[in-house]
Amino acid sequence: MSPALLGLVTIVVGVGGCLGYFYLSNLFLDKVLFPARGPNAGRNINRANMVRPWLFLGPAIVALGLYLGYPVFETLRLSLTDRTQDDAFVGLANYQQMFAEPKFWEAMRNNMLWLIVVPAASTAFGLLAAQLTDRIKWGSIAKSLIFMPMAISFVGASVIFKLVYDARPAGNEQIGILNAVWMQFDGGFGSILFLKVAPILILAAFAAIVAYVGWLLLRPVLNGKDNIILKALRATSGLVSLYIAVIALRNIFDIIGMDFPYGQPQTWLTLPFYNNFFLMVVLIWIQTGFAMVILSAALRGIPEETVEAAIVDGANPFQIFFKIKVPQIMPTIVVVWTTITLVVLKVFDIVFAMTNGQWETQVLANYMYDKLFRANDWGVGSASAIIIMLLVSPILIWNVVQARKEMR
Amino acid sequence: MDNIAGRKSGLSWAVNLSVVLLVALWLFPTVGLLVSSFRTADQISASGWWKALFPSEQVVQLRTGGAEAATQEGDLWVVEGNLLEEAEEGPEPGTEITRFGVSSKAVDAYAVGEVASFTKDTKTFTMDAAGNYRFTSTKELKKRGQRVFITATLPPEFTLANYDQVLFSGNSNDSMAKAFLNTLTVTIPATIIPIVIAAFAAYALAWMEFPGRALLIAAVVGLLVVPLQLALIPLLKLHLNIGIGKGYLGVWLAHTGFGLPLAIYLLRNYMSGLPRDIIENAKVDGATDFQIFTKIILPLSFPALASFAIFQFLWTWNDLLVAKVFLIDSTGNTTVMTNQIVELLGTRGGNWEILATAAFVSISVPLLVFFAMQRYLVRGLLAGSVK
Repeated sequence: MSPALLGLVTIVVGVGGCLGYFYLSNLFLDKVLFPARGPNAGRNINRANMVRPWLFLGPAIVALGLYLGYPVFETLRLSLTDRTQDDAFVGLANYQQMFAEPKFWEAMRNNMLWLIVVPAASTAFGLLAAQLTDRIKWGSIAKSLIFMPMAISFVGASVIFKLVYDARPAGNEQIGILNAVWMQFDGGFGSILFLKVAPILILAAFAAIVAYVGWLLLRPVLNGKDNIILKALRATSGLVSLYIAVIALRNIFDIIGMDFPYGQPQTWLTLPFYNNFFLMVVLIWIQTGFAMVILSAALRGIPEETVEAAIVDGANPFQIFFKIKVPQIMPTIVVVWTTITLVVLKVFDIVFAMTNGQWETQVLANYMYDKLFRANDWGVGSASAIIIMLLVSPILIWNVVQARKEMR
Repeated sequence: MDNIAGRKSGLSWAVNLSVVLLVALWLFPTVGLLVSSFRTADQISASGWWKALFPSEQVVQLRTGGAEAATQEGDLWVVEGNLLEEAEEGPEPGTEITRFGVSSKAVDAYAVGEVASFTKDTKTFTMDAAGNYRFTSTKELKKRGQRVFITATLPPEFTLANYDQVLFSGNSNDSMAKAFLNTLTVTIPATIIPIVIAAFAAYALAWMEFPGRALLIAAVVGLLVVPLQLALIPLLKLHLNIGIGKGYLGVWLAHTGFGLPLAIYLLRNYMSGLPRDIIENAKVDGATDFQIFTKIILPLSFPALASFAIFQFLWTWNDLLVAKVFLIDSTGNTTVMTNQIVELLGTRGGNWEILATAAFVSISVPLLVFFAMQRYLVRGLLAGSVK
């Protein structure tokens, strides 16, 4: 049978089966098991209503349990056993083996870089785009164009950006836009302006913002009113921010001292360390639209009075944006940030299609795929999946706590 | 907001300009791929796609007439004619030629009007800007005419040949036709089945009272973020053990499982926001839960159903990992488009005309869906993330 026909039959059978299940099971419940007539009609109706929710939920619970619940525990078990020794329990041996691999630490380091850069950049660009497009007439068109990459697959986006990063040998016409631009730089005034001054300014601004956030986080610790856990949390995240700021500052000096190979076409994806950023650009390009749509809705939800009051008090547009609007949409920014963080933690297709983890671009999800399906090492593969789960779990717990709070 | 009391923000032009820049930056990569998919391999490697939109100076190879077109003038065999008019394809007659050459090593050696010399001193060739040429030789001419390279400014030229190659050639390496059908076969059931299951579950979670409801909702929220990476090996093992193996059924079930948390979450949020009166009135009138669900809740929930359908469609259409693990076996008969493109990247990494076209075929359907149903997508996103 041709796949298309098979698909059609499955749609009919699957969907019909689902609907049939729901219809027939309800019919059975109401007419046969607990009919709403005879001497026990009242009792039967109550009983039927007790059973019915489970009829409605049944397929969903089975599917969720089997496809998401069970694998968590099974993966945990697999990560503690060795397939080559008949699934014998080997304790933490898989984890030890994994921690001894440089490739794993490379993946961890890159994932951390992704975790810092992609959510931050996507949210920042999204906020910028949301704020700017809300104020112009053709804003909705601009929005849907920036939002468009959301519909493009990671693989499609990888092809798109491979063309952008394409390199031809020196002397040939460059067909990748990035190299075509790069070849315009010759070490003159323009080069210094764009390749030294501009990045330094951006890095300095980034360092300043991160340091400021770090200070905001640390200040209450010094004043000391919170409980000890909150203090510790603030202290660690504050120190991490300061550390990132220091790294950014150090990079400024690197840039000042750097000699750029002008006139040499660059194979961007093979430049160690920097190629990570070229891969991140792809995800930022995709996720900015998402951030923009959500933040734009949040910006519109801000009560006008607060903005009007600020204008009356003589605030300039920048003050209105940073001191009036941003604080009011902070919860939404957090939601956007965490959602993109989740995407980043699972990022696989982009790295797989563009570099496949070569040239020091490995990330956890691709590392796991390598272990599972190339090296056929289920133990280490499962162990790395558990690491991804551990990284996700703070967000999971936070979401559940928030959801429960809301239901009350 | 910004023009209180008639005061228009002086930054307006700056805002417009920055948005133009931002949009251009975001569109540029995709446009590059689209333009490249309409160019031939030679054009792509000769110049950047951004130059393809404007007339450009190009070198084209043409041929003079051969032996049968020659006439004899004394000792000389002579061929005269017009290169542009004789050529079956190439530049339109009337194009102004600036330079020409007779050897592939020096394609623009002569200005029009000059006489080209050959290594064997028996032949001469000259032509004017309109393509009228005179080719002479002291020996009898060969059947095929002389190769001539002309340089001229040509208007942009695009071709549909790549799409023909990718969609209809039947070449198993390049063909996306089969992968396109396979992707559809994966996508449609994998979109519809979770909606049906989730809609019933969401109704139960939103409007039915039973013990453990809060716990179930919390579980759904928790499962929302479980990375599907965890599920790969255990489920593949399960599928192999119960005989599903690698195939469509497996991938449908997997997509159903992975899509359910978001579906239930979105639909429950939406359904619990529906007015209570309607449902209670229907109950008073003697409607059963099943009737309430199919006759009232489902039609009213159409926006939420559409939102989720779009999400799930985009996600299953664009997915690579789930298809690679649960569907594609060693025969490769069930390959999907994303996988086909990754393989093209490996085997035809330099053939941008094929790659760009294949990628564009794959992203065109989601783009159509996106632009047609953007409203529902945005609504779904907002319901999914902002509480």
